[in-house]
Amino acid sequence: MTGDPASSDTPWLDQGAEPLIKIRGVTKKFGDFTAVNNVDLDIFQGELFCLLGGSGCGKSTLLRMLSGFETTSTGTISIDGIDMSNVPPYERPTNMMFQSYALFPHMTVEKNVAFGLKQDKIPAAQVAERVDDILKLVELQDYHKRKPHQLSGGQKQRVALARALVKQPKVLLLDEPLAALDKKLREQTQFELMNIQEKVGITFIVVTHDQEEAMTLSSRIAVMDEGEFVQIGTPTEIYEFPETRFVAGFIGSANMFEGRVVEDGPDHVRVMTDLGEIYIDHGQSVREGNRVWVAIRPEKIHLSKEPPTEPGPNQAIGMVDDIGYLGNTSIYKIKLENDRIIDVTAPNQIRPKTRTHRITWEEKVYLHWDASSAVLLNK
Amino acid sequence: MTDRSVSAAVDVAPHHASALSRLMRRMQSGWRSIVVFIPYVWLLLFFLLPFFIVAKISVAQLVIASPPFTDMIKWTDDGVMSIRLAFDNFAYIFEDDLYVKTYINSLKISSISTILCLLIGYPIAYGIIRSGPVTRKLLLFAIILPFWTSFLLRVYAWMGLLADQGNINNLLIWLGLIDEPIRLMYSEFAVYVGIVYTYLPFMILPLYANMEKLDATLNEAAADLGSRPTNTFLKITLPLTMPGIIAGSLLVFIPATGEYVIPDLLGGGNVLMIGRLLFNEFHQNVDWPTASAVAIVLLFLLVLPMIIYQYYQAKATEEP
Repeated sequence: MTGDPASSDTPWLDQGAEPLIKIRGVTKKFGDFTAVNNVDLDIFQGELFCLLGGSGCGKSTLLRMLSGFETTSTGTISIDGIDMSNVPPYERPTNMMFQSYALFPHMTVEKNVAFGLKQDKIPAAQVAERVDDILKLVELQDYHKRKPHQLSGGQKQRVALARALVKQPKVLLLDEPLAALDKKLREQTQFELMNIQEKVGITFIVVTHDQEEAMTLSSRIAVMDEGEFVQIGTPTEIYEFPETRFVAGFIGSANMFEGRVVEDGPDHVRVMTDLGEIYIDHGQSVREGNRVWVAIRPEKIHLSKEPPTEPGPNQAIGMVDDIGYLGNTSIYKIKLENDRIIDVTAPNQIRPKTRTHRITWEEKVYLHWDASSAVLLNK
Repeated sequence: MTDRSVSAAVDVAPHHASALSRLMRRMQSGWRSIVVFIPYVWLLLFFLLPFFIVAKISVAQLVIASPPFTDMIKWTDDGVMSIRLAFDNFAYIFEDDLYVKTYINSLKISSISTILCLLIGYPIAYGIIRSGPVTRKLLLFAIILPFWTSFLLRVYAWMGLLADQGNINNLLIWLGLIDEPIRLMYSEFAVYVGIVYTYLPFMILPLYANMEKLDATLNEAAADLGSRPTNTFLKITLPLTMPGIIAGSLLVFIPATGEYVIPDLLGGGNVLMIGRLLFNEFHQNVDWPTASAVAIVLLFLLVLPMIIYQYYQAKATEEP
């Protein structure tokens, strides 16, 4: 199994693989408040794992328990087979990149980066060499003697990354690593971060509230809500097959409909909803007559001015209520016959000759979507 | 003139607005210069001018007259102005063992007091920072509370505590730890107690102000990079609280060196400090020129290290 080349990319599918980090039944309580509630998680060597969730969902608390700044109320965390319960932060094989960067303001870039190595009593010549190498990696080779206050936000971020990486930890913990950067720089840095992770081969655990960041960066994402994991999976799994309404709504946007199961076949489900009958071609066992939720992503619904050739499921009629022009795509707010408004996005592939859209306000439109597009949600 | 008023009346709105804003701006800049001017006048009137008066007296000579010193500038009959600068007061201070010893003793007492204040005040300030928001306010209040009682009263209270028949001796005798009172009053010990007690808030408050700005995640970052708590304190916390340490130390050291009331009341005749000597020169010996010279020398003793420190501080912050 371990020889299988596919398993190196997806170690979590390999039954025999030993996880680098094992989180077992971990709970953290602050007084009456439960920040993290009985979670289990395996993270494997070389992963770029994202903990994604809104503020107060427990993702940062979990990260702080991994770094040792918080103790677990119950449960255990082990890294590389060693139980971390009684290991203080300064003896853990983890390094953290702080959201505020936490650079030492009285030290130069060079001294900031060297600080961790000096704690390990590494000879000065070797320290200098490793500092040089890591600063080259983050492209700050000319900034050795600068103080943090003389750096831009993006440069500080890279010093923080270099300082955390230089000790070659088994796990690098990144707390909202890109949150303080502006949008353009953030997008660019995402890819740099991925490249660096690939080069050094260190396991990264990233905490973020930004779903786009999580989607771009991660090998796997754990979506958290109220101290629990709602869903764990690859970005594609999370986006294409959200399991709950929370996940469908938190990651990307989704039109969600409550409905009743009218038919549960072996490879398909039919659900009657506000939108009409939805036919889903991937089976999930639900009982007929049950009330369920169905999600359809806005970009998976097609708009047309022509009526469909033959009636059937996965069709609806509406009126264009509003259009949001985003450049590359447009969001259409479509009012259904029952007055419910749903979102549909469409790429603007053809430049309009005039400033009007192909489909415009108050126009009657026909909606349809593929049998594979809708997803049944559990909760 | 009439033409103008007509044209002004035509486009009254914009014209009016711009004139008003111009007036406002002029008033604002006027206010700004007045506001900046006030501290200068204050310093000139109440600091620089008295300083020059004292400096003038320090180079005069003692005479039995009123005021008891010679004029610096004299006009002779033939219209010649003569300026007399008598530096023998300064020479006298440095020749006489008493003055030199007293200066050294004052500096010793204030240095040790400053170190004691720092050793006691630093953990207190750190503790206040680490406590919860409500306790923090209470503790800060407790630090400031003694200022609501007169300084003199508080020193008298210490006299009551430290006296031979005072509370501390009585307690120790009652506990059976000692048979007869120990001499606490009128000693250097009593002076240290008084100075440390009185000046401790001046150490704690600047330290608190400095530590409050300290980012607690820096300690976490250091721990995360493998630094043990002691090392983190020495390498991160201590260097970053240095401005607070220096500010607090100066606020204790400078007034403590010239302290008069505490050595007089708690030290009696047994503790030589420059403040008392100055008082004696001025009031008992009525030797204003020597007293002024003593004050000037003291000023230079205190100001010079500060200037040197400021110079290096400015240089250090300039460096890239």
